[in-house]
Amino acid sequence: MDVLPDVIVEARGLQKFFGEVEAVRGIDFSIQRGEVFGFLGPNGAGKTSTMRMISCMSPRSAGKLLVRGHDPAESGSEIRRGIGLVPQDDALDSEMSVLDNLHIYGRYFDIPRKEIRARAKVLLEFAQLTDRADSKVDNLSGGMRRRLTIARALISRPELVILDEPTTGLDPQARHLVWERLYQLRREGVTLIITTHYMDEAEQLCDRLVVMDRGLIVGAGTPRSLIEKTVAREVVEVRLDDGNYLSLVDRLGDHIDRAEILGDRLCCYGEDGDQILDLILALGIHPASSLVRRATLEDVFLFLTGRSLVD
Amino acid sequence: MTTYQQVLRLTPAMSFSWRRAQHVIEHNVMNYRRNWFYLVSGFFEPLFYLLGIGLGLGRLVGSLSVDGHPVSYATFVAPGLLAAAAMNGAMWDATFNFFFKLKVEKTFETMLATPLSVLDVACGELGWTLIRGAIYSSGFLVVMSIFGYCQSPLAILCLPAAGLISLAFGACGLAATSFMRSWQDLGTVSLAMLPMFLFSGTFYGLTFYPGWLQAIIRLTPLYQGVALLRDLDVGVLTPVMWVHVGYLCLLTLIGFIVVSHRLVRLLTP
Repeated sequence: MDVLPDVIVEARGLQKFFGEVEAVRGIDFSIQRGEVFGFLGPNGAGKTSTMRMISCMSPRSAGKLLVRGHDPAESGSEIRRGIGLVPQDDALDSEMSVLDNLHIYGRYFDIPRKEIRARAKVLLEFAQLTDRADSKVDNLSGGMRRRLTIARALISRPELVILDEPTTGLDPQARHLVWERLYQLRREGVTLIITTHYMDEAEQLCDRLVVMDRGLIVGAGTPRSLIEKTVAREVVEVRLDDGNYLSLVDRLGDHIDRAEILGDRLCCYGEDGDQILDLILALGIHPASSLVRRATLEDVFLFLTGRSLVD
Repeated sequence: MTTYQQVLRLTPAMSFSWRRAQHVIEHNVMNYRRNWFYLVSGFFEPLFYLLGIGLGLGRLVGSLSVDGHPVSYATFVAPGLLAAAAMNGAMWDATFNFFFKLKVEKTFETMLATPLSVLDVACGELGWTLIRGAIYSSGFLVVMSIFGYCQSPLAILCLPAAGLISLAFGACGLAATSFMRSWQDLGTVSLAMLPMFLFSGTFYGLTFYPGWLQAIIRLTPLYQGVALLRDLDVGVLTPVMWVHVGYLCLLTLIGFIVVSHRLVRLLTP
């Protein structure tokens, strides 16, 4: 397999089985150096299994995988030297101080103590934890812990940072602070791989992404292209008192690209949402409620899998 | 296909570097920097047994004989307690602390996201059980020599021998802990260790037991360790010592192989 120097991860027919269970069922993707690449999908889609294979923590069951130009089956330790991993559950040393967590992690990478001290100072500022350097990890909030985990992953100055659900369980303010830090890394040229089941996170952060469902990639592209290619630019959501959605869809005919009935509402997709709504009103139909919005990755996911992303 | 998958699975996990394993030990040292009290407190347990049973109860017992050498009861008990110190030091880290890192804190998963391999982790953890056992046994040996319970210059060999006892218990403890599912399961290990401590020739010889029970007790690693240390303490070198040494080496090897394979299974599924 030929790999261009600007490709940092390349997978072909990548599979992962756990006994009889097929967690990842043959996926292809390649990630460019310097981009933010997302894996979007619901829980159980195979995102974490894929991350563990890329970070050389779990052997693949079949297929090809090259990370940083090497095969994880042969040089896991060497590959991991250039990767910073931010796991879903932080896995910090809860008995140690913030600074000690950074220190010991740096030691795993053979970084000299003096050098670690210098880097830790910068990273604590980056993570806005300078005044908590001596606090025990046990006493930190969820957002602080996540920022510390990100700082910890950066102590080895990795060229590739893998973040598994980086903002799950954080409040909106803490989430935005994490996003800000990730933008900063991207500006510095670090390649980021992010898994998430938040569509807004994927839309905000990712240059390119793949949508995963049940171990397969069901869509790929930039967030906008994926939305426009798969669904349409805008959506009109309407609720009707009589619930007679099928006849409405019939009457709208070619004026909409597609329609989906979602529980008690109808989503009509098209280029211009306001125009569609005007048309509905012109038909003499008066919805109980209506909403015109831009189509999101949530709609893409719904279209691709027939299911909602977050239950 | 099976062999191919096994090779895929084992090669990266089984790469080893002594330098990397040292960082696993360093992690333990850093952890204990804040909890040094726990580290120090473990030293006093065998000391209290020595004072209470060896000296106190010893006055009622009088003197005993080791390989034909008449010794005071305290001198008889001291090597047994030295072996127990080596055992307890290693076991504390090989059981409760190892379980905490493996199942609760996910320390090893964190390590495996770095250049460290499973074999580095297994070696580092075993190394740390040896260090902790060695801290207690060397401290206790110093106390023994101060109290005059070391009967021969050869008693200095008790130090490497106690190290071997720590290694054997450390490796077997790590292996057993890797199968535990809960803190309750770990209680069974403690339950097995107390009778071993009391009945493996630590406080009296095996002649009190019927022949079949003696044979069983001889199979316990603590008995092997106690017998080895007791002979070294009075300065008797016998060929049977090699049996003790070989037995403890074998246990170390088996325990280490088991725990390494278990960690590959548990940590790199």
